[in-house]
Amino acid sequence: MSQVDEVLHQHRERAQTRDLRLEGLTKEFASFTAVKALDLVVPTGTFFALLGPSGCGKTTTLRMVAGLETPTSGRILLGDDDVTYTKPYKRPVNTVFQNYALFPHLDIAENVAFGLKRRGIKDVKGAVAEMLELTELSTQATKTPGQLSGGQQQRVALARALINRPEVLLLDEPLGALDLKLRRSMQVELKRIQSEVGLTFVHVTHDQEEAMTMADVVAVMNGGVIEQMGSPTELYDNPRTTFVANFLGQSNLVAGEIIGVDGDVVKADMHGTTVSVPRERAHATSGKGWIGVRPEKVLIARTGERIDAPGNHMTGAVVTDASFIGVSTQYRVRMAWGQEITAFEQNTGLREVLAPGTPVDVSWRPEFAFLLDASQDVTAGLGEV
Amino acid sequence: MRGRLTGYWLFAPAALWLALFFAVPLYSLVATSLFDPDGSVLTGYDVAWAFGNFPDAISEYWRPLVRSLVYAGIATAICLVLGYVLAYAIAFKAGRWKNLMLVLVVAPFFTSFLVRTLSWKLILADDGWIVNTLQFVHVLGDDGRLLATPVAVVAGLTYNFLPFMVLPLYAALEKLDPRLIEAASDLYASPARAFWKVTWPLSRPGVVGGVLLTFIPAAGDFINAELLGSPNERMVGNVIQNLFTTTGDYAAAGALSVTLMLIIVAMVVAYARTSSTEDLV
Repeated sequence: MSQVDEVLHQHRERAQTRDLRLEGLTKEFASFTAVKALDLVVPTGTFFALLGPSGCGKTTTLRMVAGLETPTSGRILLGDDDVTYTKPYKRPVNTVFQNYALFPHLDIAENVAFGLKRRGIKDVKGAVAEMLELTELSTQATKTPGQLSGGQQQRVALARALINRPEVLLLDEPLGALDLKLRRSMQVELKRIQSEVGLTFVHVTHDQEEAMTMADVVAVMNGGVIEQMGSPTELYDNPRTTFVANFLGQSNLVAGEIIGVDGDVVKADMHGTTVSVPRERAHATSGKGWIGVRPEKVLIARTGERIDAPGNHMTGAVVTDASFIGVSTQYRVRMAWGQEITAFEQNTGLREVLAPGTPVDVSWRPEFAFLLDASQDVTAGLGEV
Repeated sequence: MRGRLTGYWLFAPAALWLALFFAVPLYSLVATSLFDPDGSVLTGYDVAWAFGNFPDAISEYWRPLVRSLVYAGIATAICLVLGYVLAYAIAFKAGRWKNLMLVLVVAPFFTSFLVRTLSWKLILADDGWIVNTLQFVHVLGDDGRLLATPVAVVAGLTYNFLPFMVLPLYAALEKLDPRLIEAASDLYASPARAFWKVTWPLSRPGVVGGVLLTFIPAAGDFINAELLGSPNERMVGNVIQNLFTTTGDYAAAGALSVTLMLIIVAMVVAYARTSSTEDLV
C-alpha cells in the first residue's frame, strides 16, 4: 500500500463517506480553458493541497467548489449529493478568501457570527466565543477588521469560515499576504486547527513548501490539469513529470539513453556511464529519458577519494561554484559532458568546503534516482510561481 | 515666530471665503427676516427685530412650505431608488462602458437647467405622446393631464436632481469590494440578505450624501413648480421669489427663507444622526 493510500485509508476510517468528488470538471472562459476535465477525490478529513503556479486553474477549481463560479461541464459531488449548480449560500462549504474579505462595517465578533446568523441561529454568543478562543482572538472581539494586523485578520477569516463547521473548508492562498515568519507559524497553526476540528481542508497555494508542510495529500496542477497527486514525500521522491520534478523542490535532470529493464531496475546510458533507476520510479522504459536526482542526494568527493554510494559513479567533474548557506553548502558541479548540476551537502564538518576549480567525482545511490519521459520540456515548472 | 503664524495665514483664504460668501449673506438674510413689515421700496426697510414676521409668514404660507417638503421628499425617494439601481449598474455591471455611462449621467448639466425644464413642458404637454399614451391605456382620463399637476413637478424635480443622487452613490458603491458580496454569499447570505447586510450598510455614506444633495436643493427649488406646476400648488420657493421680486415684501420673504433653512437644517441633523454617519455632522 502506497503512502497516500494509507493516509486516505486512515481518513476514511475516521469519518464515513461525504468525500468531495470532482468529475470531469471543466471551466472555459471566453478565450481559454482554465480547468480541463478535472477528476479528483478529496476524502473526508484530509488536509488537501492544490499546488500550482499562478494561472494553473487552482483558484478557479476552488471557486467552482465554493459555488462562486459555474462549471462549463462536469460535476461536483459531496458524498452522493450533486452540488454542481447549488447556490453558494446553500452549500455546506466555506471559504477563507485570499484577501480575507472581512466585513469592514462589522466588528470581529459580528464578522465571525455572520454565517451562523444568516442560517437563522439566534444564540451565537457561545459559539463565537469558542471560535475566538480557538483562533486566539478573544481580546479582539469588539475591534473592527481595520484595527487588526494581517495575521489577526487572517485568523478572523479562518474563524468566520470554521464556525459554520462546513463539510469542506476552502483556503485560497490564505497565507499569501503574510511575511515569511508569520506564514511559518500560521502553517503550524492551521495544521493544528485542522487536526483539532477534523474537517476537510482544501488549500490552494503556489508555495510548494507550504503545501508539503501542511497537506496530507498534494495535487500538483499545471495548465488546468492535475499533473500528479500524492503524499508530499511521494511527490518529492518519485515525480512523474518534469514539471513536478522542477516545481516541487529542485531536480537535476540529465539526458540519457534508456537501455532497458533489468530485474528491479531500469538501466540507462548517461553520457557513457550506465546508471540504474528503480522500476517504480522509472516513468519511461525505452528511447530517450531524463534521469533525475534531487540535489541533496548527489554526493561529491575530491577525485580519487571514496564516495559512500554504490554505482552511478561519474568522474571528471569540476566544482564551479560553492555557496555556503550555514546548515548546508550548495555546489554547482560541471560534469564531464559539460552540464552543470547542483549538489547540497550538509555541513557536518567531516570535510572542508570544496573551492571552485576542485576536480571531483560525483555519485548518487541508484534508489534515489528517477527516470522521466524525454518528450517533456526539461525546464517545465522552473521559475514559475 | 513666523512658523507659529503660518498656520493662521494658511487659514485666511478659507476664513475670508466663508465670511464673504456665507457669514455676510446669512447675516443679511436674517436681518431681512427681521425687517419692519410695513417697509416698502419707497419708504425703505429697517431692521426692527420684528420676530412677528415668522408666525405671520408661517401662518400665511404653511401650505407651500409643507408642499415643498413633501414634493422634495417624494422626489428624493424616487431618486434614491432610480439612482441606486443606476449607480449599482455603473459600478458593478458596466465594465468598459463605465466612464461613458458616468459622462451620460453628467451630460444634462451641459444644457441650462431652465431649458431642460422647459423641454419637459413639451414632453408632458396635453397633446404630447406621453399624455396620449396614458389616455389610450386609461391611466389618465380623456381630459386628464400631466402638466400643471403635482406629478409633473415631482417628475421634474426627480429628473433635475437625479445626478446629485447618482454621483455620491456611485462613489460609495465603486469603493465596495465585490469580494465582500462573494464572502457574504459564501456565508449563507442569499442575494437579498447580502445586499441588506453588506452592500447597503457599506453604501450608506453615499446614500446620506445623495439624499442631502437631492433633498436640500429640491426643497428650495421654484423653477419646476413654476414651469411644470399649477399656480394653485406653488412651492415655497415660488412664494419667496414672488415676495422678493414682485410684491417687495422683503420681511415676509426673509422670514420664510430663514424658516425653510432652519427646517432643512433640523431635518438634516436628525437624518444624519439616525444614519449614524458621525463624520457628516
